[in-house]
Amino acid sequence: MRGDRPAATPDRHRRAHTSARDLERYAGLFARRTGVMRSSAMRDLMAITARPEVISLAGGLPDTSTFPPESFAAQMTRIAQESSAQALQYGPTEGFERTKECLREVMAAEGMNPDPEDIIVTTGGQQAIDLVCKTLLDPGDPVICEGPTYPGAVPVFCSYEADTHQVEMDEEGMRIDQLEAVLDRLEGDGRKPKFVYTVPSFQNPAGVSLSAERRRRLVEIARQREVLVVEDNPYGLLRFEGEELPPLYQLDGGDYVIYVGTFSKILSPGIRLGWCVAPPPVMEKVVLGKQAADLCTSTLTQYFVAEYFAEGRWRDYVDALVGIYRSRRDAMLDALDRYFPEQAQWTRPTGGLFVWATLPDYIDTGDLLAKALRDDVAFVPGAAAYVDGRGSSSMRLNFSGSDESEIREGVRRIGHVVGEQVALYETITGETPLPAASSASRPGAAGSEEGRGSGGDVLPLRRREDDR
Amino acid sequence: MRVAVLAGGRSLERGVSLRSGARVEDALRSLGHDVISVDPGADLVQRLKSERPDVAFIALHGPGGEDGTVQELLEIVGIPYTGPGVTACMRCMDKVTAKQEIRAAGLPTPDWVAFNATAFRELGAADTLDEIEQRLGFPLVVKPARQGSSLGVEFAPSRAEVPEALVAAFSYDDRVLLERYVRGRELAVGILDGAPLPIVEAIPKQEDFFNFEARYEIGRTDYVCPAELSAPDTATVHEAARSTWDALGCAGFARVDVMLGGADGTAETRGPQVLEVNAIPGLTDTSLFPQAAEAAGLAFEELCERIVELAGERSRTAALQG
Repeated sequence: MRGDRPAATPDRHRRAHTSARDLERYAGLFARRTGVMRSSAMRDLMAITARPEVISLAGGLPDTSTFPPESFAAQMTRIAQESSAQALQYGPTEGFERTKECLREVMAAEGMNPDPEDIIVTTGGQQAIDLVCKTLLDPGDPVICEGPTYPGAVPVFCSYEADTHQVEMDEEGMRIDQLEAVLDRLEGDGRKPKFVYTVPSFQNPAGVSLSAERRRRLVEIARQREVLVVEDNPYGLLRFEGEELPPLYQLDGGDYVIYVGTFSKILSPGIRLGWCVAPPPVMEKVVLGKQAADLCTSTLTQYFVAEYFAEGRWRDYVDALVGIYRSRRDAMLDALDRYFPEQAQWTRPTGGLFVWATLPDYIDTGDLLAKALRDDVAFVPGAAAYVDGRGSSSMRLNFSGSDESEIREGVRRIGHVVGEQVALYETITGETPLPAASSASRPGAAGSEEGRGSGGDVLPLRRREDDR
Repeated sequence: MRVAVLAGGRSLERGVSLRSGARVEDALRSLGHDVISVDPGADLVQRLKSERPDVAFIALHGPGGEDGTVQELLEIVGIPYTGPGVTACMRCMDKVTAKQEIRAAGLPTPDWVAFNATAFRELGAADTLDEIEQRLGFPLVVKPARQGSSLGVEFAPSRAEVPEALVAAFSYDDRVLLERYVRGRELAVGILDGAPLPIVEAIPKQEDFFNFEARYEIGRTDYVCPAELSAPDTATVHEAARSTWDALGCAGFARVDVMLGGADGTAETRGPQVLEVNAIPGLTDTSLFPQAAEAAGLAFEELCERIVELAGERSRTAALQG
């Protein structure tokens, strides 16, 4: 009887408080891998970045406001009218064939043609990374990735207790010579990495792409040394200019490259749809892992994607996004030229969502974020992209989730707090430290792309260990 | 009773405050109080005026909520509130002011110097670093004057690390202090209505010894309550904390952080050295003050009830005196 239901009380959703003794009891239960999680102080800081008055260049959000609501409504209506029961039902663990056709279209746009049997549809690309780790990693197993790497991959590697090695990058992406050095070093200890994780195109957070030559080298090394490469490619189609670069999966044909894709950046992150392409023996285990994790990916959103792709205009939407993000990228680079002090340096991405800026060593961007938040602006401190405490003088700036005037104002505010800290350091030390970037790369006046001149020479990703 | 729980706010400790507030709300509701959640913002005074609570439970941490600002507003609109009054909050929030009061009362606190950013930017304060080194020695600890949760607190083992530590500390406040480092046992003394609670000792894991943020992480720091101290040590630490409470004019509840210097130290670092006072200590599941209360046999609900009672008593006393 309906009337018998207890009335909801406001405090019903909260459990009773935990006593100190409970805490000790829980602490004794925690798995070792929970010990590597990030400090709560930093989590609290990041939570403040969500305040409405804060201009947040911290997110990695695509701009979903540009997706036409009429189109969304029409597709969901059609699903309700024509496939209501199926769309509300469980689906196959591997994902629907129709979804696989859609994602194969996306991969074909970058010259790839995977066997549908090698594909699994996942709950976002993030789950694909998790499942690959779950399948391949025992505690202590070596993994190699870029330094900086995708901040969202760091907790995954940590939770599987990987021994993560980060290889430096420059303007052409991961340094292959350093990768080989790490491989040699591991080999010297009788070890081999389970895989090399890379975001080769418009990397998150660095904003740079692996050059064509290095892509070929990487695939060659993978074959010679029989090392798996996990290619995470969320941004490949978000190219603003420049030549197309072949995905590693295309170069390799899928023998040593496991591919991770997503609809998040070309359609919507809210639908949580990604995928993974792997050789059959690996795929078999990945499917088992997926079954254990969540049985299947959302049926409803798979239906949505199938309807959306059936309209045949998904490329137009990607093109529209590219136009919007290109202008925002321009606005951000222009604002950086104008407002950041000469001691700072940053990447000049030709696609994707992010710029990576590096400040002088004496500035910790975690502390700087606290100061920036007082001026209602936020970014991601660079340490989030490393497992080993490096990156503390860098920051990730997102240009896809804010409009051009917000970007300009946000960068102006960050530039102001950076400038204050630089000036303070100089008065404390009584010296003017050499600019980390070549000051020649700065235009005399704030200005256009061309005015920046040799800006492309700035290599902000090279750490200056020897200076420390 | 109708209790407004103030939690959240705009400070960097918003997250801790929300966790403190949620726990306090649960406790007060389970005691049968009519609880109103208030996240202070531009509408704070309007809400207080329209809701007319009997008492405001302040679970705010950091500037704005712990520095006397909110307390002043509550005085003006005539709502009794928990914890120390306006002046005590102002003194406690600023570590420099607090240390001046502590020293003036003849209580031990590690020697320090303090600067604001202007001193460096406009008055050549950097040229005093030699004198500072002579006076305080190394290592030393650099702290922002008004910031809680050890944010921006940096350890400087030698002269070379000082500029970077200053830049970090100045990210949190325009005033910083450089304090002599005292090696010893890290103790926290909760005080409820003037009576010290059992002492909590924080024992950081070796690798996190100089990472002050780790002091707030379960698993990275072990907490022992009551701390294993001799009876005379317990007595002197309690006495130092209690006198500090008086010197700063605290009321309701507060937490005094003390470093107990080893017997092998110099005259300036031996025995209890008062570091700071938290006018509104954390009340989360992992916070020290509730642990200390629990060790004294006071469940969290009883603790909250007592804190609310004290707010009422103080406001009645003030009314009689006024």
